[in-house]
Amino acid sequence: MKAASPWAKWIVGGPPFAFLLIFFALPGLIVVFASFMYPGEFGGLAKLLPLRGSEESGLTLENYQVFFSDWVYVQIFAKSFGVAALTTLICLIAGYPLAMLIARMPKKRRDLMVLLVILPFASNFLVRVYAWMIILGPFDLLFSRFAVIIGMVFVHLPFMILPLYTNLEKHDPVLLDAAQDLGANRWERFWKVTFPLSLPGIFSGAALVFIPVLGMFAIPEILGGANDWLVGNMIKESFLGTRDWPFGSMLSLMLTLAVLLVAAISTWFARGGFGRA
Amino acid sequence: MALLEIRNVTRRFGSFEAVKNVSFEVNAGEFFTLLGPSGCGKTTILRMIAGFDLPDEGSIVLDGVDLKDTPPEKRPIHTVFQSYALFPHMTVVDNVAFPLKMAGASAEDIRSKVKATLDLVHLSEKGDQFPHELSGGQKQRVALARSLVNRPRVLLLDEPLGALDAKLREQLQVELMSLQRDVGITFVFVTHSQAEALALSHRIAVMNAGRIEQLDEPSKIYGFPNNRFVADFIGNCNLLDATAADVQGDAVKLTSAGLGTITAPSRPGIKTGAKGVLALRPEMVRIAALGEPLDLVNRFHGKVREYVYVGDVTTYIVFLDNGQKIEALAPNAGSGRARFFETGDEVQVAWRHDAGHFVLD
Repeated sequence: MKAASPWAKWIVGGPPFAFLLIFFALPGLIVVFASFMYPGEFGGLAKLLPLRGSEESGLTLENYQVFFSDWVYVQIFAKSFGVAALTTLICLIAGYPLAMLIARMPKKRRDLMVLLVILPFASNFLVRVYAWMIILGPFDLLFSRFAVIIGMVFVHLPFMILPLYTNLEKHDPVLLDAAQDLGANRWERFWKVTFPLSLPGIFSGAALVFIPVLGMFAIPEILGGANDWLVGNMIKESFLGTRDWPFGSMLSLMLTLAVLLVAAISTWFARGGFGRA
Repeated sequence: MALLEIRNVTRRFGSFEAVKNVSFEVNAGEFFTLLGPSGCGKTTILRMIAGFDLPDEGSIVLDGVDLKDTPPEKRPIHTVFQSYALFPHMTVVDNVAFPLKMAGASAEDIRSKVKATLDLVHLSEKGDQFPHELSGGQKQRVALARSLVNRPRVLLLDEPLGALDAKLREQLQVELMSLQRDVGITFVFVTHSQAEALALSHRIAVMNAGRIEQLDEPSKIYGFPNNRFVADFIGNCNLLDATAADVQGDAVKLTSAGLGTITAPSRPGIKTGAKGVLALRPEMVRIAALGEPLDLVNRFHGKVREYVYVGDVTTYIVFLDNGQKIEALAPNAGSGRARFFETGDEVQVAWRHDAGHFVLD
């Protein structure tokens, strides 16, 4: 094959690069910038240059000072991480056996099962969450942490199953034969062969569940208790409720940093644990 | 008593009989080969010995004990898979240590046995590498080491050399033979390559369509094929349809249509009028120029159609006057450049009165 000319590289890579620059990098920078500003009088952001006798203007660290001076924000962050971690764990435990089952079905059946897994996406997300209100209402389970977790797991389970299935489906079944042949029982075959080989699938599934759950505000708002707020609710409230955009920007930036931290730690574990890059 | 006995084993998949009432015995320390074309049932037999599949009828007996209630992980039988089946997430050392860990060996025991086995297959240097960092031949050796490390009673090898290139295959054949001799473990080897089977085995079972066609030592299989299939499958062979016209002691006069009389060795069981095929190896057939005096009984006139020069020998494809095709092998043993008969040359082909093997239909 001929080496791609520099032109071809730009034609292929240019549009997505421009798209990400305009719709991801630039807004990201705006958020970073906004988190150091004052709120405008009626929402939005205050002017950078001071106007005569009017509101506060220019740049400030005030948003960060508020965040770190009040214990409650850290608590809400911790609570959100807890909910996200628990949701991820439940999705993993519930999704793994199903993904394994589908991966070991005959090829034709597999496609049908995958279709069934993604079928809930055919209905609107909010409708599905409201459905849980109807289901949980009679049992007096509504507006509780339990209801929030149920909703989170329900909505995010396919995001765990699909990467797990994609990974498990690629496993060479002869490896299990070899393990059995060499003396491994069913339990040992799973823990010594299937599970370690599925770690990449577990990590991508966990990331696809953990990160969106961390920022989720709709489910806690619909199914959660009145004061059972998560980070997502705080951010939404800052923008739409108190109309304090800079504070919301600061919160979402902190959330992004926290997620990056988690991603970095899990990547480090994934590499170290395997002994290969 | 034989170490491993296959007794009247039949295996069906739906209405298809993959293995049809097969029986054979493998002795302790033997290098036993199941040889046959793909789909002949040899791999099915191997899977049943390993325990991944169970016979519909008959039994598989190891050391006098029927294995039907012993799952694969409990059988003292290991398999070397065609694709090696090395665990990609484990180093060479961890792969080889796997069966010892499963058996609950002590750390010290594991360490010393893994080291000794890796030494045996000349891979001590590669212990810390992962399978994807190894060459095909090295993976093959790791698979062997892993299967041998806890000394199974029987080692099953499913076309283990199939994925390697020719040069490496020959080298590993030699290693496999000396390895088997050194460790003294019984090998049951499955292959579709007759050259591999002849080179490696103590005994060969030639299989076709779910049955054993012939079970014997390599030289007997090659020299005295039981039937047309074995003659044709093992090595190159000229097959001349013929009828026994006259049996005289240890010789038989055969008549072959349009060719006349052929003299061939006889044996008990060949009666006048019996139809069959004379199996004649190309290396038994002389090819000579037309006028050259030949002191051989079976001598025919033909024309060279094609020749294949492979270095040490040249194979000539000659068509006799009756249209019969005969292959003759001529060693290129003379000094200087080899001299060939050319396509279209008229030649005589000839063979000894005691050459060939008359196979009854």
